[in-house]
Amino acid sequence: MGKFTVLSSVAAPIDEKNVNTDIIIPIKRLVGTDRGTFGEFAFEPWRYLTEGVENPDFILNKMPYRNAEILIAGPNFACGSSREGAVWAIQEFGIRALMAPSFGGIFFNNCFQCGILPIVLPAEIIENFMRQAISDGDNPKFTIDLAANEVTAPNGDRTSFEVEPFRRDALLNGLDDLGMTLTRRDEIGAFQATDRETRPWVYL
Amino acid sequence: MAGTRTLFDKAWDAHVVSELGGDMALLHADRILLHDLSGLRALRMLKELGHAVRDPSLCFAAPDHTVSSDPALGGKGKFHETCVVPLAELTAADKIRHYAMGEQGFGILHVIGPELGITLPGASVICGDSHTCTHGGIGALAWGVGTTELVHAMATQTVMHRKPQRMRISFNGELPAWLSAKDMILHVIGAQGAGAGNGYALEYAGSAVRAMSVEGRMTICNLSIEMAAKVGMVGPDDQVFEYLNGREYAPKDEAWDLALAHWRTMPTDDEAEFDKDIDIDVSDLKPQITWGTSPEHVVAVDGLIPDPDKEADPDRRQALRAAQEYIGLNPGARLEGTDVDWVFIGSCTNSRITDLRAAADVLKGRKIAEGVCAWAVPGSEDVKRDAEAEGLDRVFTDAGFEWRLPGCSLCVGANGENVPAGKRCVSTSNRNFVGRQGTDSRTHLASPAMAAAAAVTGQITDVRKLMS
Ligand code: SF4
Repeated sequence: MGKFTVLSSVAAPIDEKNVNTDIIIPIKRLVGTDRGTFGEFAFEPWRYLTEGVENPDFILNKMPYRNAEILIAGPNFACGSSREGAVWAIQEFGIRALMAPSFGGIFFNNCFQCGILPIVLPAEIIENFMRQAISDGDNPKFTIDLAANEVTAPNGDRTSFEVEPFRRDALLNGLDDLGMTLTRRDEIGAFQATDRETRPWVYL
Repeated sequence: MAGTRTLFDKAWDAHVVSELGGDMALLHADRILLHDLSGLRALRMLKELGHAVRDPSLCFAAPDHTVSSDPALGGKGKFHETCVVPLAELTAADKIRHYAMGEQGFGILHVIGPELGITLPGASVICGDSHTCTHGGIGALAWGVGTTELVHAMATQTVMHRKPQRMRISFNGELPAWLSAKDMILHVIGAQGAGAGNGYALEYAGSAVRAMSVEGRMTICNLSIEMAAKVGMVGPDDQVFEYLNGREYAPKDEAWDLALAHWRTMPTDDEAEFDKDIDIDVSDLKPQITWGTSPEHVVAVDGLIPDPDKEADPDRRQALRAAQEYIGLNPGARLEGTDVDWVFIGSCTNSRITDLRAAADVLKGRKIAEGVCAWAVPGSEDVKRDAEAEGLDRVFTDAGFEWRLPGCSLCVGANGENVPAGKRCVSTSNRNFVGRQGTDSRTHLASPAMAAAAAVTGQITDVRKLMS
């Protein structure tokens, strides 16, 4: 997994609550398809008027947001299904970090699996960021510094954020969960040995 | 601390392999369920990474998402070769138990888990599917994970998670006739909002839950994720134990006695405290139905579609307008009496035997309205067989329903079965998202009895009026 350290980019605001995974990537784009094909269909119901015809009003079709590497979203962003394709689609589109008051829980975990940083910030700050993200041709950039736990907004204001320390280390060092857990093989074996005594019926 | 733990705490504590700092822990996954989308993808990723399945005996698979429900096709839909067959082959190679369409035991994973006794009280169950919370209906600690987490789980039999807060939702009072678990949980989501459970593990309690069938509890837990809670649970009781006794993978003989003694210690202690408590009196509840494109867009059947102009926040106003435009209904309109084109009775929310009985009670001796296309899709081969033994299939077909093969079917349309664009469907499933049942399809979520009533009248109907 690639490392996440500092990211500087314009940020695309999607000012809606409860944006669901089926909007981020419809199921028909996930069945029998491969990774690498999802970016084109990220936010398909909003991004296209009909198949292949872009909706010029949708934020990700406008400049400079076509090149945004950051999304700013409303509460409970990416609620709904467990499909990791929602992260893959956003990632393939070019997004590397998201900021919202809250995220769908499964999506939130999936982000870390893919080296994407989801940042939870209070609703007032997100609203303020959304206003600052609007471009009048000046390409307002946000800078996210994970090592410093800090976002610098276009106006220069710095806001600190929190990420679970374990998750932060993994992102900063490009470590994946599986690699780390595999070093705990013995611990897992020991857990199971004890657990077999207390809950033997669990083991088939 | 003894005596002050919730059901969730007890289940969580029993699975901690390592604390990872902060609120993160590495938890043992007692059961891993694999389906033909995320499960198949995870099996392939695991192989590419060069890892083996650590404990194949704790994994179970069934291709519920892409099988066809069309009896004429015998389950073989357009993704048979690309999804169904590869899942069977890969699980066979890894010695993972697999249930194929037509085989006894096959069905939607969230239906067959409890049905086969794979899911047990206090056990941790994970699946690459957000509605894994369903298994909480029998007291399991169950949640949906992504594909990479699933790979991690198969390789290590563990999963990482941050400990959520706890919320209790207590339903008290006697549920009126013709209402069901679905009405209760839709009401909560409507009142609390689709994000209200974010960061919480939910426990459903109260006399109305105690009085409810095990199947009904699964329906309630199923919709936890529509409130943004990954976990929803009900304390296991005698009803659950009776339900499980004798099921294929449930413990037997001495192991059963041991398990039972353990399970009886699972329910929340009297002194335990929750981070949040919500109390609901169900005795005046009316049938609930969604009007829009989020599960929180809920009204009582006689309610009115909200007026965006009364919404102070401009973004919310805009979102309400967009939902109404998509669904093709006007603010202030009454939902009751709206014409319906399709009816779907099925999905991991409402495809169990009690659901089919509730719908059949409405359909008995009646015909569906002309022009309505109505499907009944049982949740599993066992449900189908039991329903046929009771003659429910005849009630459905005599009324004009199609009686189809088990699977997810129209809930998400991953198998290519869709509600056509612009058509309005009353559905017993769990999501009314834009495009969920097919591009530009319009979904109204409701209970099986309400769905049956809509089929009969061809309109969104208060089932109580139809049956009075
Ligand atoms: S029935 Fe619907 S919600 Fe349930 S597992 Fe299948 S697709 Fe998902």
